[in-house]
Amino acid sequence: MNDTFKGFLRNDGKVGVRNHIAIIPSVFCSAKVAERIAYQVPGCVYFRHPVGCSQVGEDLEITAKTLISIGKNPNFAGVVVVGLGCERFSPYELAEGIAPANKMLETVVIQKEGDSLAAIQKGSRIAREMQQIASRQVREEVPVSELTIGLNCGGSDMTSGLIANPALGHASDRLVKNGGTSLLSEITELLGTEEILARRAVNAEVSNDILETVRRTEEKLFRQTQQSSNIERTHLISKGNYDGGLSSVVEKSLGSMKKSGKASFSGVVSYGEQPKSKGLYLLDSPGHDGEVSTGQVAAGAQMILFPTGRGTPTGFPGVPVIKITGNPNTYQRMQENIDINAGEVLLGNQTLEEMGEGIYQEIIEVASGKQVKAEILGHDEQFCVTRLP
Amino acid sequence: MEKIAAQRKKSILVIDPADNVAIALKDLKKGEQCFVDGSDPPEWIPLLDDIPFGHKLAIRTMEKNESVLKYGEEIGRMKTSVNKGGWIHTHNLYCERGGGK
Repeated sequence: MNDTFKGFLRNDGKVGVRNHIAIIPSVFCSAKVAERIAYQVPGCVYFRHPVGCSQVGEDLEITAKTLISIGKNPNFAGVVVVGLGCERFSPYELAEGIAPANKMLETVVIQKEGDSLAAIQKGSRIAREMQQIASRQVREEVPVSELTIGLNCGGSDMTSGLIANPALGHASDRLVKNGGTSLLSEITELLGTEEILARRAVNAEVSNDILETVRRTEEKLFRQTQQSSNIERTHLISKGNYDGGLSSVVEKSLGSMKKSGKASFSGVVSYGEQPKSKGLYLLDSPGHDGEVSTGQVAAGAQMILFPTGRGTPTGFPGVPVIKITGNPNTYQRMQENIDINAGEVLLGNQTLEEMGEGIYQEIIEVASGKQVKAEILGHDEQFCVTRLP
Repeated sequence: MEKIAAQRKKSILVIDPADNVAIALKDLKKGEQCFVDGSDPPEWIPLLDDIPFGHKLAIRTMEKNESVLKYGEEIGRMKTSVNKGGWIHTHNLYCERGGGK
């Protein structure tokens, strides 16, 4: 029960599994400047996004909370906020939100510096210095209870629900049992499982929250799928899911929920917010792979666990995404993108429990610094802030 | 999950005893005889359609609007009836959750 990993201790008590400098634009207008700063200083990661202006209400609030929470994630030793200067969600508000994490933090504003080139120069100098300071920090041994993992999946097929997801469920259960935190999300892909999940809630309040979260998502889906003008846009699951043998969203959901193992749900977390304690939580998010990971990293996940039956190469800036496939053919085809071949279970070479244990050990290794394939190949597509219609 | 391992040489898998579908563990051809695991007395089903890897086939005859059970849970209902050994997919299964097809 004394499982440990080696991570970077942060001033706010959190532990990072990576030690990057994050370059975060407060608005889409400063995305290229942020990208150029990150190119000047290898080791930095940047967060291109299309939001931060012309938004109101809850939509803008979710954007604001998410960007702030990404900046606070312990995988980042320092943050350079890059603003344009006239945007509604100001770079100073973003920086003030990140400040309580008590990490290296600076703000560069294009209109204040003069132009984009001046902003790139200033930001690069700041990032260079932060990078050097961060490079002196060494990993220290900490208990696995400091880990938060995001459970996500994409490109599902029959093998996801049969093998990769339940194997991940074993690993998640083991982490939760050892005091860690695990986040199940993708509410659109939990339709039809809500009664089963609600029965696993720690109390009646959480049970009700789970049912209500699924109900709200389904209500939204109904609004979007009942317009006669968009009658060809009503499929809740992808063509690849269909080709892989999944016939309905509920069939996909019953497989999807297996990622969360058998542990009890301690609560429901809103998008852009963090769980109040350790344990297994349901994070309210749509099913889009990137929006899920983004919500999970904002919730504090230092790592994403990602079963994929059809095979997807995507990754997240500064956060390892461990790819697992239960489909042996997919593994053969996409070995350069997929970290764990759970197809061995389908072939009868390993049991689900053995595979789950293997995934748990991989979590510890990756937390201690082993790079995953998506990181090595530079995949960073999964950063997408969710929007409200 | 020893069950999956034992299925290694077999062609279809019934996930839960309550299920009325099995899944193909490899690409299967119309006319092939498949052993239904867990069946007692032992039962072989002749396939009425080609069943691609990962797809479902009926292990019992099902009527229109009957619940399709996988993982022991309802994943949808039948648009039309299907005979034992027939392919079950979006052409004959519907699910109205979320307003989807």
